[in-house]
Amino acid sequence: MDTILEMRDIRKTFPGVVALNKVNLRVRAGEIHAIVGENGAGKSTLMKVLSGVYPHGSYSGDIVFEGQERKFLGIHDSEQLGVIIIHQELALVPLLSIAENIFLGNETAQRGVIDWMAAHSKTQALLKKVGLKESPATLITDIGVGKQQLVEIAKALSRQVRLLILDEPTASLNENDSQALLDLLLELKGQGITCILISHKLNEISRVADAITILRDGSTVETLDCRAEAISEDRVIRGMVGREMADRYPPREPQIGETVFEVRDWNVYHPLHTDRKFIKDVNLQVRRGEIVGIAGLMGAGRTELAMSIFGRSWGRRISGQVLLNGQPVDVGTVEKAVRRGLAYVTEDRKGNGLVLNEDIQFNMSLAHLKGVSTAAVIDSGREYQVAQGYREKLRIRCSSVGQKVLNLSGGNQQKVVLGKWLFTSPEVLILDEPTRGIDVGAKYEIYTLMAQLAAEGKCIIVISSEMPELLGMTDRIYVMNEGRFIAEMPTAQASQEKIMRAIMKAS
Amino acid sequence: MKNESSHIAAPAVKAAAAGDKSPLDYLKHNFREYGMLITLVAIMAFFQYMTDGTLMQPLNLTNLILQNSYIVIMALGMLMVIVAGHIDLSVGSVCGFIGALAAVLMVQYDWHFVPASLACLACGALIGAAQGWFVAFFRIPSFIVTLAGMLVFKGLALALLQGQSVGPFPDSFQMLSSGFMPELLSSEGLRMSSLLLGVVLAAVLAVAGIRARANEFKHGIQAEPAAFFFIKTAAFSALLIYFSYLLSSYRGLPNVLIVMAALIFLFHFITSRTTIGRRVYAMGGNEKAAKLSGIKTERLAFYTFVNMGVLAALAGLVFAARLNTATPKAGLGFELDVIAACFIGGASASGGVGKVMGAVIGAFVMGVMNNGMSILGIGIDYQQVIKGAVLLAAVFVDVYNKNKA
Repeated sequence: MDTILEMRDIRKTFPGVVALNKVNLRVRAGEIHAIVGENGAGKSTLMKVLSGVYPHGSYSGDIVFEGQERKFLGIHDSEQLGVIIIHQELALVPLLSIAENIFLGNETAQRGVIDWMAAHSKTQALLKKVGLKESPATLITDIGVGKQQLVEIAKALSRQVRLLILDEPTASLNENDSQALLDLLLELKGQGITCILISHKLNEISRVADAITILRDGSTVETLDCRAEAISEDRVIRGMVGREMADRYPPREPQIGETVFEVRDWNVYHPLHTDRKFIKDVNLQVRRGEIVGIAGLMGAGRTELAMSIFGRSWGRRISGQVLLNGQPVDVGTVEKAVRRGLAYVTEDRKGNGLVLNEDIQFNMSLAHLKGVSTAAVIDSGREYQVAQGYREKLRIRCSSVGQKVLNLSGGNQQKVVLGKWLFTSPEVLILDEPTRGIDVGAKYEIYTLMAQLAAEGKCIIVISSEMPELLGMTDRIYVMNEGRFIAEMPTAQASQEKIMRAIMKAS
Repeated sequence: MKNESSHIAAPAVKAAAAGDKSPLDYLKHNFREYGMLITLVAIMAFFQYMTDGTLMQPLNLTNLILQNSYIVIMALGMLMVIVAGHIDLSVGSVCGFIGALAAVLMVQYDWHFVPASLACLACGALIGAAQGWFVAFFRIPSFIVTLAGMLVFKGLALALLQGQSVGPFPDSFQMLSSGFMPELLSSEGLRMSSLLLGVVLAAVLAVAGIRARANEFKHGIQAEPAAFFFIKTAAFSALLIYFSYLLSSYRGLPNVLIVMAALIFLFHFITSRTTIGRRVYAMGGNEKAAKLSGIKTERLAFYTFVNMGVLAALAGLVFAARLNTATPKAGLGFELDVIAACFIGGASASGGVGKVMGAVIGAFVMGVMNNGMSILGIGIDYQQVIKGAVLLAAVFVDVYNKNKA
């Protein structure tokens, strides 16, 4: 079979970070080619390079598509040639109809006047192809996520697709919808459409894929040919996680005491789809001086769990109990949670953690204004000293605490958020992806700080998608999948394979 | 996320140089802070020259203050609403409605002006609460809620007055707008106690500034350069004394100026020094982050609207007292002047940014232009064109500077 796509020696850097290095990908015409790798391995970045989101010139290396070297300057160029990407977050307009969405930007129009009749009949034909029985006039908002995914594929088919790229297409689908989607992919393959499938779900991959390329830390590890021999999931997992653990974590001698923080029978429903239970029967304990990790893939519900505990900031119909030192406590609002000694360092520090337009001092005192004020009047001198203190303690690199946080690097912004929560003197610190997007040096400093806080007797919960981080820093790990804790293990007995296997078994 | 690592080094270099800057350099770097004040001074100088000195004549200056007092009062509340990330289009109508209510109570029902005024302020709070309720707790965009409010209260004012003007008000009530500070010291020509108050105020502010600066030094905060600080303080005090001298040579400080000054000071203090003010800025800057920091954003938004209602009511009283009648057309279009004042003063339409002093200066920029152009005999048609252009230019310069920085 001949090669439809070849990507050679792709290297893509962002300031301070090498996202892709020496990536080679070869896709043969008419196959389903799976790309697997951990979160942050570079899968999405690679697909953005391929589809022209990162234009030619912003990366090095060659892309050869259908025998010619291509220099895509934008997504429009790649779509012209039939390279179509369907993102994890669907790009459909909810309040337009299926037909309108399918032909959006590609309308069947003459001199700007749309021929709705033609659009309608074409849509009908496309929907039949993907096995959808909806009317083309149905609004997107009225159909489920699974069907929306199919509409996306129909939209791709309307554009003479040659290479279809699906980024985690089944992440938000239920079992039946997932099966239907995979069947459709096999059918499209029969019609000669090549497909790149990015997925975490190894069982799905082994069902449909002809070849698997494994990415790790921004480089290709290997490409496995599934037609020659059956590839076991363990084989794939080994490829995904097999990295060496260098001395990237500060040494710790855990001094673990009695149980301080406990969550019992925690159930949460989705805030929009109110009949969908999102967090299911979670039980969690953290002891004094302990660092507990929560592992899981994206979308497992870890952030939602943390936010629902922290002042019910996420979800509806929350039930369950939170106990501090054995006593049930009310943490129903953020204010109460903070007063009881909870702190939550958000995953999305720019969106949820910082007021970017204000300075370091402003952000540091925000969660504990009482600490710098007398009778509601802020003492800016005291506030300055507090901020200055954390600046030194956390080694925040800035010109002064009067600098806007907008202009700080990711690592320093994260330290500001940490400082803000340390100033509330928390007993229980929940850190959500504390080192995402941060360079290695700053990571080490944050790990050191975590170790220090644990040594002071605080309870620390770390949510992280980087398994080495969890294995390097925690004492105990909960594994979460689809809103449930599916496994719990002491870190001493845990390994990446073991965690991955637990997740794969459950999904 | 772009350019992260390169940012670390650059500000550190800047910081090292900050200590030994000349006052002019400092001004250049902090232009956004003082830019509007300089613009106001420039506009005043321009009209002073063009009108052959009429602008700064004591009589005209007094009028200027009286004419703009209600805009300034409402701008204080509007600034907080805008910083919180909202807008209030109903203030003009509320202003007119409260004026009508005051007239009905005092003229038709013969209420004493004190209970009547209190009732009017309470009514303003209620109106603000009603609108704030929908905005804060039901998350209906403030633009829509207050647009509805604008229609409702315009209509209610008309209904209350039955389409006619009601007046005149009792003399005691008129004193709110047309009264002046009582003269305690007898002297010829010059109102000594008004002048004295101005001098005392200038001294108090200068001392407060010096003490704040000393406090900054004590805590090791990098303060503005000494030369800049002293020039600024001296110029400010001199201006204050000069203006009170001018006013004293006519009839003294107007009552409404004293009310206004007290409110400006109060709101400046609230926004810059108190936890409430701090929370409003946080909410406008990033509502999610504010919420996750334990700030009750809904309640806070609600109270900013209550506050706006009270201030709109006060402005309505001042305006009614000044006209000495309540007319169905009172308050028409005030909301536009008030909102323009905030934006000219540097507030951001997306929330989180804006200063009380900026809004006050913005209000006076509009006021001085109105007044100056009227003296020059420019028609109402071109006055509006020029005002619109100035609003756009002010915001353009602000945004341009921000992008450049």
